[in-house]
Amino acid sequence: MAASETLTSQAYIQHHLTNLTLGVHPEHGFGFAHSSAEAAEMGFWAINVDTMFFSILLGYLFIWFFRRVAEQMTAGVPGTAQNFVEWIVDFVEENVRGSFTAKNPLVGPLALTIFAWVFLMNLMDLIPVDLLPYLFGQLMSVFGADPHHVFLRVVPTTDPNATFGMALVVFGLVLYYSVKMKGIGGFAAELTMQPFGKWGMPANLLLEGISLLSKPLSLALRLFGNMYAGEMIFILIALLYGGSMVLNITGGMLQFVWAVFHILIITLQAFIFMVLTIVYLDMAHQEHH
Amino acid sequence: MNINLTLFAQMIAFAVFVGFCMKFIWPPIVTALAERKAKIAEGLAAAERGHQEKALGEQRALVLIKDAKAAAADIVAQAQKRATEIVEEAKADARSESGRVVAAAQAEIDRETNRAREELRERVATLAVAAAEKILRKEIDIKAHQGLVESFAKQL
Repeated sequence: MAASETLTSQAYIQHHLTNLTLGVHPEHGFGFAHSSAEAAEMGFWAINVDTMFFSILLGYLFIWFFRRVAEQMTAGVPGTAQNFVEWIVDFVEENVRGSFTAKNPLVGPLALTIFAWVFLMNLMDLIPVDLLPYLFGQLMSVFGADPHHVFLRVVPTTDPNATFGMALVVFGLVLYYSVKMKGIGGFAAELTMQPFGKWGMPANLLLEGISLLSKPLSLALRLFGNMYAGEMIFILIALLYGGSMVLNITGGMLQFVWAVFHILIITLQAFIFMVLTIVYLDMAHQEHH
Repeated sequence: MNINLTLFAQMIAFAVFVGFCMKFIWPPIVTALAERKAKIAEGLAAAERGHQEKALGEQRALVLIKDAKAAAADIVAQAQKRATEIVEEAKADARSESGRVVAAAQAEIDRETNRAREELRERVATLAVAAAEKILRKEIDIKAHQGLVESFAKQL
């Protein structure tokens, strides 16, 4: 457990699931929230600093590395870094070519960014759950903060803001290309004229509307749910530590096993987000009757 | 766990990353990959062409060798024919030469024979005349043979 002070399991879990929220509290004014209740009271006009920091840091890492390789790109014999980058780009491009039938120069870079960024954000889950929050708490205590009230969530994809942010951008692109490719009339017809013909218009609208809205919801909630659950299990395993020797060893083994399994999950979730984005955009480009 | 301003900040960050990736990362990498693909295809095609050319060259060489062999055989045959001809010519020459020599010799022999015969005839005539003189001297009777000699002389 993070601090030497005694914590209940509930408080420990609560502590790990609270974002470092910066905003204006109706009673305490502008500043960081000191509890999850305070973070909730800040309402909409608050920002999760930890989510922003780690997601932008990881996105920058991706951009920086790929840009450095892209600058020295050669069609001749590739170096190690270029090989690695080419492998990823080739993989993404193959998926785009397989699922996306129309022509759009946006889809490839979009898919690559999603895959790399989501993967890196998910990868933060493999860092031991207490390590960064503990170090951050210690650092903040130097500035006089109580480490017990300093929160830090290192996995941006366990924050629904991050997953919904991406899903909404994708959803916006789906709407934009639906209208651009089919026209407003065509898109409206797609929503209302099938599958039951024009006499079943309300039923059509209901069905198609649900299937349209389910796209961003399923994208965001699938990623969020998987990562949230994964992190939760890491936290629960971490609760085993500090007890008897047997519990410590069991906890260590469990954590290792779950981490190995989680490598699969984080990659798979990044891949699924990417593939679904490609498929949704492909559907937006296609006129089907 | 609250939906707040982070949502929009994340949307902006995501859009910026995608935009950057689309402008500065994706195009050079994809271009280089396509370029390499074209290069490899070109190399393979060149190798294929080389193989074909080699096979073609081998075939051509075989034909050339065959032609050369035929030409050589032809030349040898001609030379042999010419040699036989020369031998034949020489033989014919020799034969005709020997024939001529034989004919010349024959003519000489004939000439000699004729001359000998003429001589012999002359001698016989002389002898006959001499013998006739002797006989005539003994037997001649002018009277008796006057008429005969005269008629003989008349015939001359």
